[in-house]
Amino acid sequence: MGETGTGRVREGVRAYLMIAGMWIRSTMAYRASFVMTTFGNFSATLLDFVGIMLMFSRVDVLGGWSLPEVAFLYGLSGTAFGLADLVIGSMERLGRRVRDGTLDTLLVRPAPVLAQVAADQFALRRLGRVVQGLLVLTWAVARLDIDWTPLKLLLMPVMVVSGCGIFCAVFVAGAAFQFLASDASEVQNAFTYGGTTLLQYPPTVFAKELVRGVTFVLPLAFVNWLPATYVLGRPYPLGLPQWLAFAPPLVAAGCCALAGLAWRAGLRSYRSTGS
Amino acid sequence: MGAGRLYVAVAAGGFRRYATYRAATAAGVFTNTVFGLILVYTYRALWDERPHLGGWDQSQVVTYVWLGQAFLSTLAIGGGGVENELMERIRTGDVAIDLYRPADLQLWWLATDLGRAFFQLLGRGLVPFVFGALCFPVYLPTDVGTWVAFLVAVLLAMIVGFGLRYLVALSTFWFLDGTGVAQMSWLVGFFCSGMLLPLNIFPGALGEVVRALPWSSLLQAPAQILLGHADPLGTYVFQGAWAVVLLGAGRLVQSAATRRVVVQGG
Repeated sequence: MGETGTGRVREGVRAYLMIAGMWIRSTMAYRASFVMTTFGNFSATLLDFVGIMLMFSRVDVLGGWSLPEVAFLYGLSGTAFGLADLVIGSMERLGRRVRDGTLDTLLVRPAPVLAQVAADQFALRRLGRVVQGLLVLTWAVARLDIDWTPLKLLLMPVMVVSGCGIFCAVFVAGAAFQFLASDASEVQNAFTYGGTTLLQYPPTVFAKELVRGVTFVLPLAFVNWLPATYVLGRPYPLGLPQWLAFAPPLVAAGCCALAGLAWRAGLRSYRSTGS
Repeated sequence: MGAGRLYVAVAAGGFRRYATYRAATAAGVFTNTVFGLILVYTYRALWDERPHLGGWDQSQVVTYVWLGQAFLSTLAIGGGGVENELMERIRTGDVAIDLYRPADLQLWWLATDLGRAFFQLLGRGLVPFVFGALCFPVYLPTDVGTWVAFLVAVLLAMIVGFGLRYLVALSTFWFLDGTGVAQMSWLVGFFCSGMLLPLNIFPGALGEVVRALPWSSLLQAPAQILLGHADPLGTYVFQGAWAVVLLGAGRLVQSAATRRVVVQGG
């Protein structure tokens, strides 16, 4: 194929938007269910936060962090993860397509497979989680007395976009893993839903080894922990240099590149069910 | 042949069916263990701040966290029980075949769900619990009697859990797409069962209310028996009463549904 890289990307985005648009129209056929599931998505995440508020009804600080500070972490993690889940969360269903052989239909279509899988069953209801994350974040920023500088202001949107990128990479890598183990889609929940749950709490709560693991091995700490500690003017538990707070875009790019390689390897290794 | 033997066979079938998916079970064990780890640290931070909150010490909280992870799939608190299949069968109209069978619809699905629950308890619950017990200081009772009393409460919890989810599944007869209702019910279940936070540390009137609702039969009731904080007999009465109410309601809704609703595709 003699296409250029950008042509390929443009083609992928176009296919993605078309498929996503089709799923949105299809969802709207069951409007009552759509309203309920969107509200459910919103409340599911809201409930997480209610759990944290209930904890704070019994204590003033958790791991040395106040409720607005924890809400700040929560809002950032929730928004970043919510965006990734909205855009690409359907990829966790890849294993099912491998099992029942319907992945083959995607392979023969003239559009990038990654775009098709990502847009498959696109669920607009996942906006509920994004909205909830943004609301908590707004509340936290209003309650906190942050010493804003232009750099900190700039870091906020960069943090959310990079965090979304990191979580997207986790989703893609998880889907790639399902080429190998099509039944084991739940493993990735540990890193996606587990990851965002972990990041809702301050790093001081967890054991040093765990914090090291999510900083250096699976760099989830760059979604919010590292940049947020900088914005809040708190030291990061591992005593890392402050400039690392600005590393999220690089980390996200690196993660996405690695996930892309994993996806290619997975797709190449795919052999149809053969029946 | 006795009706009892039929339902035992159905339950055994449910057990075997879920036991088939070994990779999925291993994946679930892994995920439950990771979530358990995260929760253990956050709860311990809470109890560091307020020791003896809710009458528990640190080791009892840790036991509670791993019990929760063991019960999440066993009692299908966040979904994943047989109700998904039943809802799909109602939506597609396949439920008509179930109604033709010379077996009671509710008992049939109860037996399937119990088979599933027993498998999930052994296959998915045990490993995270043992992992938690080995890696963290946990509270475990030493007398056999407490464990037996605990297991009876677990069985009752399975029945109450089914009673709730059966009602949710039957709602598909009216809504056709049950996803929304199911999702709502999982949320309520998550909050009211104590998966989100132990019910004994809920503040004030909210605590009183959630502890009286059926969902507290699921995780909180067996846990309190194991942790030596509840009288088994009183707990059984509470769980048993909810089981009767919910199964009875399920029966009423079922007869209304099968009489009044036209099966899809007919």
